[in-house]
Amino acid sequence: MRYLPQTKKSRDNMLSAIGVTHVDALFTDVPAEALNHNQFNLPDHQGELAVERTMNQYANQNRPASAGRFFLGAGAYYHHIPATVDYIIQRSEFLTAYTPYQPEIAQGTLQVIFEYQTFIAQLTGQDIANASMYDGATSCAEAGLMAMRVTGRKKIMIGTPLHPHYRETLMAYLNNLPDADIEDHITSDTACVIIQSPDFLGVPHAYDDWRKRCDAVGALLVVVVTEIVSLGLLPAPAQADIVCGEAQSIGLALSYGGPHLGFFACREKYLRQMPGRLCGRTVDADGKPGFVLTLSTREQHIRREKATSNICTNQGLCALAFTVHMSLLGEDGFKTLARLNHEKACYLADALSGVKHVKLPNPHFFNEFVIEIPQKSDVVLDHLRRRDIIGGYAVSDHHILVTATEMTTDDDINMYARALSDILTEVSA
Amino acid sequence: MTQIDDTRGLDYHESLLWEKARSDTPGVDLPTPENKPLRTGQNARAEIGLPQISEPQAVRHFVRLSTKNYSIDHGFFPLGSCTMKHNPRLNEKMARLPGFAHLHPLQPMETTQGALALMCELQRWLGELTGLPGVCLTPAAGAHGELAGIMTIRAAHLHKGHHHKTVILVPDSAHGTNPATAAMCGYTIRTIPTRETGRVTLSAFKEALGDGYDVAGMMVTNPNTCGLFEKDIREISDLLHKAGGYFYGDGANFNALVGKIRPSDLGVDVMHINLHKTFSTPHGGGGPGSGPICCTPELAPYMPTPIVIKDQNTYRLEQAGERPTSCGQLKGFHGQFGMHVRALSYMMSHGKDGLKRVSEDAVIHANYILSQLQDDYHVPYAGPCMHECLLTDKIQKEKGVTTLDIAKTLIEYGMHPMTVYFPLVVQGAMLIEPTETESQAELDRFIHVMKMVAQDVTAGRTDTLHTYPVSAPRRRLDEVKAAKEPNLRWKVS
Repeated sequence: MRYLPQTKKSRDNMLSAIGVTHVDALFTDVPAEALNHNQFNLPDHQGELAVERTMNQYANQNRPASAGRFFLGAGAYYHHIPATVDYIIQRSEFLTAYTPYQPEIAQGTLQVIFEYQTFIAQLTGQDIANASMYDGATSCAEAGLMAMRVTGRKKIMIGTPLHPHYRETLMAYLNNLPDADIEDHITSDTACVIIQSPDFLGVPHAYDDWRKRCDAVGALLVVVVTEIVSLGLLPAPAQADIVCGEAQSIGLALSYGGPHLGFFACREKYLRQMPGRLCGRTVDADGKPGFVLTLSTREQHIRREKATSNICTNQGLCALAFTVHMSLLGEDGFKTLARLNHEKACYLADALSGVKHVKLPNPHFFNEFVIEIPQKSDVVLDHLRRRDIIGGYAVSDHHILVTATEMTTDDDINMYARALSDILTEVSA
Repeated sequence: MTQIDDTRGLDYHESLLWEKARSDTPGVDLPTPENKPLRTGQNARAEIGLPQISEPQAVRHFVRLSTKNYSIDHGFFPLGSCTMKHNPRLNEKMARLPGFAHLHPLQPMETTQGALALMCELQRWLGELTGLPGVCLTPAAGAHGELAGIMTIRAAHLHKGHHHKTVILVPDSAHGTNPATAAMCGYTIRTIPTRETGRVTLSAFKEALGDGYDVAGMMVTNPNTCGLFEKDIREISDLLHKAGGYFYGDGANFNALVGKIRPSDLGVDVMHINLHKTFSTPHGGGGPGSGPICCTPELAPYMPTPIVIKDQNTYRLEQAGERPTSCGQLKGFHGQFGMHVRALSYMMSHGKDGLKRVSEDAVIHANYILSQLQDDYHVPYAGPCMHECLLTDKIQKEKGVTTLDIAKTLIEYGMHPMTVYFPLVVQGAMLIEPTETESQAELDRFIHVMKMVAQDVTAGRTDTLHTYPVSAPRRRLDEVKAAKEPNLRWKVS
């Protein structure tokens, strides 16, 4: 077995050094009836070639976004990833390192996390950012819990259409706590108002009015961003107390839903209530600058049941992929990428709204928007799929959320418009 | 005149991205936008404050930073309860197949049958290996799996109307995530003391259980964080079950059992599996993890949603609301699929025969280290141990040398330290998990350095031990300063 270095001889050597003759002598504390289960309905070991064959069979039964004509977003986005990103994240020193608990030999990971924190703070217009959450949905739930800790209140208002998975996740986290709930109005019991922008239907929002409404009752303003590329074109949510969401679009493959990258930024005054890992700059015994994980007295390994969260990931490799991609994009590239996404979506909007019977209910969008059709959304999407077009996400019976990114070609868009026109003619409303 | 930085030899000084001169062109070539009027309803964003460098500068920046890291591909990494084993590159190659990497989680399921079949197969492997056939792959990490498991238990109790069950029992040797997770679920934590024997004894358990009326469940890591198998686990789980409580198994130490012992045969009702530990998906400098949970048929109705279901020859994800008893959805989409691919590649490569050797070799390695070091270091609890062994600095501390010094000496000798000062029940703890993927030569080198330290202490040669490391990219860092004067991001000075 190629991953196991011991030979029969070396095992026997070690067993005799230990003072036993058989490995089971080391398992004497295990109840006899539980030891050496031998009824596993599983195959024996296989070589690389055999494993690759099976995996290729699985992979070949899927129709990936890279096959083109792909208009699905809704919280996960198909973007180009520069070759450098994957090269860097596959370096052993990053890929196979542990959480940087020993900072003397983890300065690479730590400096990347520090740079990641800075990127997120700059993009969101916030003071500080943590090093990182599992994904956008859990990051949003953590923001809700943090707002409850800060305010001592139990109710959360959702102000704009929130991604249904984010809403479900938040609800599941709140269900664990007495009296915690989601409400559709703002009161003096409101811990925070959650504003997704662009919202789940693709509409960007301004924050000034929400800021005033929150201030009037002493609630926090939480802004959720599911498409981080939008922050290259839309104004920063600097009015918010917490900005959280999903950063998969920068550097991470869709990968059927994970691993993705949650981000979490807030104002400095809430630092002690933040969940998750933080990296800070300090000096070593020679006075040289360096980085360490810090402020861990908020965390589970010190505070146990009184911790701000049970989270102990720093989603390190995902944060690295993001940081590498952002460093390649730079200020100009990031803004250009955002604008290209918007322009592609404008082209798509013009093409689809040119199809008879198709309406565009919302005039404002970033890179995705809703179309309204007389026919059933799922029927139309299924017809599109049969023509090898992944047409979007059904948000209601007659509304489809469609998305364009820099990956979408004008040919793809024209093909989509023609197919939609044909289908709407063929399928009765 | 530019000042020369302190780069010497291969030891590079590497500034922050923001400290580098801004390049006119970024490290990507994108088409030129048409700059037509925006349809966002808002003005375009002004200056963000991002750095800008070319591709060669970016590559050099990250490659130089990488050289400041230690990794499992460098050498020995005996980090207790963390299972730093070899990460096969085949797994990376498989996860990058376009049919996996570029698959969107919300695509029509007719277009993702291969991915769903793979997830179903992983569910089957995990169910077989744990003896717990209800499997939900969605949790994103170990702590997230704990949350999923405790929420599953909670949903089961609430469904049965057991609102009085408000307490979770947790041994004091448990990982901090256990009590933190139970608290997130609104439970009160009752601690089981284990300091005396390093195990949950029947009497300590009975005392914590009381009449069991308020006890919802128990979270136990087995083998535990003292490296010992909980030998009374069958009696304990039987008593817990009689009192109407559920047994949550923390899967952090599954590497000692995999392919040889099924947690179901120890009375476990629900547990998480760290794919990034037992099944070799890379730790990546602290994530991403993946923490599927496995449970009994009794608890399966309460697991988080969605799970993958096979209907005759087609596969599908559970629909929203299809299983109303579920404790809910715990993240976006349906789990760390990229990690599922890697873990299944690893499992198929080992097979049931190889996985049994994994646990056996892991246990042999830990006992080998214990046998070689037990005369030099204090062993708080007698062996045999399981896949990790626990030592302390009790003997060395008398001469002023602490666990911290020993850990930093290992760094000086080109190794990653063991887990230090954990478990909390033992003073100056050093928890050593060698894993099965080390050669005897690597183990012997570690043993040699540990013996050398012990001999230096005995001989009074302790001065240098306090100064280590001196050959690493950095000396010991000032953590007090970092916490007192938080500097958490680059700022315009």
